[in-house]
Amino acid sequence: MEITNYLVLAAILFAIGCATVLLRRSAIIVFMGIELMLNATNLAFVTFARMHGDLSGQVIAFFVMVVAAAEVVVGLAIIVAIFRTRKSASVDDVNLLKG
Amino acid sequence: MMASSGEAALFWVLAPLMVLAALGLVLARKAVYAALSMIFVMIALAVLYVAQEAPFLGIVQVVVYTGAVMMLFVFVLMLVGVDASPSRVETIKGQRFAGILMSVGLGVLLITVVSRATFAPAVGLEAANGATNPVGVARVLMSDFVFDMEVVAVLLVTAALAALVLTHRRQLVRKPGQKELADQRVRSGKHLVNLPAPGVYARHNAMDVPALDPYGNPIEASVSRVLRVRGQERHLDAEVTTLPAPRSVPEIATPANEGPATDATTSAPANTEAADRGQDAEHTTRPDAAEGTR
Amino acid sequence: MLNLLPVPVESTDWVPGSVEAASGMFQTGAWLLVALPLVSAAVLLVLGRRADRWGHWLGLGASAGTFVVGAGLLMSLLGYPADSRVRSLAMFDWISTSELSVAAGLRLDPLSLTFVMLVSLVGTLIHVYSVAYMEHDTDRRRFFAYLNLFVAAMLLLVLADSYLLMFVGWEGVGLASYLLIGFWNHVPAYATAAKKAFIMNRVADVGMIVALMLMFSTFGGLDFATVFAGAPEASEGKLTAIGLMLLVAATGKSAQFPLQAWLGDAMAGPTPVSALIHAATMVTAGVYLIVRSGPVFNLAPTALLVVAIVGAITLLYGAIVGCAKDDIKKTLAASTMSQIGYMMLAAGLGPIGYAFAIFHLLTHGFFKAGMFLGAGSVMHGMNDQVDMRRFGGLSTYMKITWITFGLGWLAILGVPPFSGFWSKDKIIESAFVGEGWQPWVFGTVALLGAGITAFYMSRLFFMTFHGKKRWTSEKDGTGPDQHPHESPLWMTLPMIVLAFGSVALGGLLMIGGAFTTWLEPVTGHVEHHDPVLPIPVIMAATIVLVLLGAFLAWRQYAAAEVPVVAPRGSVLTRAARQDLYQDTVNEAVFMAPGQYLTRSLVYGDRQIVDNAFTGVGRASSGSGRLLRLLQNGFARSYATVMVFGVLVVAVVVLAVQA
Repeated sequence: MEITNYLVLAAILFAIGCATVLLRRSAIIVFMGIELMLNATNLAFVTFARMHGDLSGQVIAFFVMVVAAAEVVVGLAIIVAIFRTRKSASVDDVNLLKG
Repeated sequence: MMASSGEAALFWVLAPLMVLAALGLVLARKAVYAALSMIFVMIALAVLYVAQEAPFLGIVQVVVYTGAVMMLFVFVLMLVGVDASPSRVETIKGQRFAGILMSVGLGVLLITVVSRATFAPAVGLEAANGATNPVGVARVLMSDFVFDMEVVAVLLVTAALAALVLTHRRQLVRKPGQKELADQRVRSGKHLVNLPAPGVYARHNAMDVPALDPYGNPIEASVSRVLRVRGQERHLDAEVTTLPAPRSVPEIATPANEGPATDATTSAPANTEAADRGQDAEHTTRPDAAEGTR
Repeated sequence: MLNLLPVPVESTDWVPGSVEAASGMFQTGAWLLVALPLVSAAVLLVLGRRADRWGHWLGLGASAGTFVVGAGLLMSLLGYPADSRVRSLAMFDWISTSELSVAAGLRLDPLSLTFVMLVSLVGTLIHVYSVAYMEHDTDRRRFFAYLNLFVAAMLLLVLADSYLLMFVGWEGVGLASYLLIGFWNHVPAYATAAKKAFIMNRVADVGMIVALMLMFSTFGGLDFATVFAGAPEASEGKLTAIGLMLLVAATGKSAQFPLQAWLGDAMAGPTPVSALIHAATMVTAGVYLIVRSGPVFNLAPTALLVVAIVGAITLLYGAIVGCAKDDIKKTLAASTMSQIGYMMLAAGLGPIGYAFAIFHLLTHGFFKAGMFLGAGSVMHGMNDQVDMRRFGGLSTYMKITWITFGLGWLAILGVPPFSGFWSKDKIIESAFVGEGWQPWVFGTVALLGAGITAFYMSRLFFMTFHGKKRWTSEKDGTGPDQHPHESPLWMTLPMIVLAFGSVALGGLLMIGGAFTTWLEPVTGHVEHHDPVLPIPVIMAATIVLVLLGAFLAWRQYAAAEVPVVAPRGSVLTRAARQDLYQDTVNEAVFMAPGQYLTRSLVYGDRQIVDNAFTGVGRASSGSGRLLRLLQNGFARSYATVMVFGVLVVAVVVLAVQA
């Protein structure tokens, strides 16, 4: 099996994450889609680290995880705050940014 | 470089499952299912990391992602309410078509790029992982990326603080104390004392059976609201058939038998209370309402 | 002025542009002439009501100060030989660019000094007169501020050493004239008269500006020295163009044909204003301009001829109008127009006429100002009545006014030996000089004008001071009862001084040709030319015509009964009463088409220009409304667009690399 198959898998997961963001209305699920995309990139990083024999890829993936964790904390806090005021967790209900 | 056959088997088993689970994220009707399929994808990813000579990352993936991040998701899911997730009916015109088109396009593009690219022969991590993978990662992290690590540490602290600030509710008026609550209760003139406890007939878990007032009528409010919402409340008439004849009611009361005067004194308030409850069925939601207006 | 003594001309080969620097206390202090009244005006205007009690004394003081400085200047200049009497006083660098640099400086020469003396003396006398005349006006201080502003601007006009600086004064007197004509602007007709004067002067100013541009493009400078030095090299066509444009400017300022219509209406201003600005000084600025530009006009005979023609036309025009007017001030205004026509005619005759034009300007300044002040005195005693048909027999009630006015009358008639005789007779003589048709035409016009002048001025004089009383009275319901009385000393004093000028000034200055000699550094030396007719014939003809005109007037307006209501009169009379339909012509030829043009421009502006602009606006707001649909506020739509963008960029990058 070629190692590049991991990359294809990562691409597919990334596309599915993207689809989740574009198609789901629940803010939490949209968030999960973002996490899925981040994970897909992590997989690609790990694979590239293996291909190049360089641990930097893994370290970067590690950073991605940390940043993603921070992002999740803030993002979920925002979702909770919005839910409190609007009683809704739909991204479509937060549409004050229209022209 | 070709992976070992064992790794190939692992990949070919896990990869389709992961794709299916990821699709579940898009298609799941309930948010909890989406979260579960997400957890599956993540654990599978952890396995793949280990298979790809990154055991440290695999463990971190399980601990941080599956253990912390996804639990946070589930927490929030529960906090927001399982029912609160919006329906999947698309409300923006053309969004579904455009979203699918874009996603498929992105996937096709990425796969095309990856499959058409020519890579140098893979090196493998045997050399880098010479002194075990965590040590190798630590060496790189603490040498080349030490500054980035410090910055990320700052980021984490900031994020934690941000979460605190964002979810902090500002107390605009003084929190009502015991006295205020009691005064309010008296002013409303409804329930001066606690709601009656359920479970007159202790034949099974009596939480779901309403109490009876002195005239033998069931008191709906005595059953927990959660059970009533779930529809798990038992109705008295269903029980009555299995119960002894109603005449047993005085029998139950007789052991005390302290005289009709005491009986009258105990039953009179209960009577008024029951009548009061019969008039107003929504009073049980009052504590929630009070919280909402705060 | 009376101190002017004949000084022998030492050098006759006069070169235009030979200028020496100013020296001595008075010459270097010449800027005070402008600064004094200007500062006074500023003080009076800035202090406002706080200066009401003493403001007129400050104004009078400033004006008198200019006279003192001017007299000292004259003395100091007389101390030099004739060929070094043109002095310049550099003040400061005014405009300094690579292309155009103009230094603000004053030119002190006989011509400007003549004007300085006229303006400051007559101006001071009229300030004195105004102290009493405007006594009951609550805005007397403002009146004096404007008068001072006028004096400052007029002195700047005549003293400037460049056309550009002169233009500043030129505009300044226009402004002062506007402010003073409309001094009683609460009367709509007066405000309109002020606007009319202002607008007609603006028309003329266009001529001035064009002349300035032509000069700059031709000579590369605007100061007199540069222009006069460059004139001989310039082509005659250009000089003619410059001359004609200067003439346009002069016709506006001096109320000459065809821009004469504003002067009659300008009589709306207080009478001292009419005397100072619209008789003695400002309206003569056009003549000054022509004479000052002599070196240009000398080389452009066509322009000069046009000047003479304009002067001749205006001469007759004003005289005819003057015969029919019943308003005493408007008659005097028409007379002023006619007399300035004489000056223009003289200036148009070229070097032989320049000096006489200025001479007549000077004497006219005295006797006409005197007569205007007399008219003001009459109005003062007659409840501001201006209709001459309501005067009559005033000679016994206003002795001083009658005598001073009568002296002015004799002067303007040209009766020897009064001032007017010396100046006007010289102009008539000069008009007969030349070859071809011109001397005959101009001479005849000048002669005729003298006769008509005699008629209408005598008419005015007799109707006002002689004949029966035709005053209004309460009894027959024609107006207030009249109790004519002599004016106070503050008013009669200037009239007396001016009357002295009317009597003696001409004769004194003409002894031995002193005045023409004095002006020679500016106008150049001219050999005597013989007119086409012998001088005694011309002189006799003039006197006969004058006497004839005066006799006719006497017969009709002193010996016979003057109707209180004007008779219908002949066609010519009716036309003359309407100023020969000048306003009708102006309205039909300029105003109506102008208004139509304006209206159509407004219509075009609304329909085409506005629509074009609002159309652009509508187009952008419409496209904005369309683009707004993209901004639907849904984060997922934005994300979709973002992904699309990423895809496009990625595909482009890959396509480029492949």
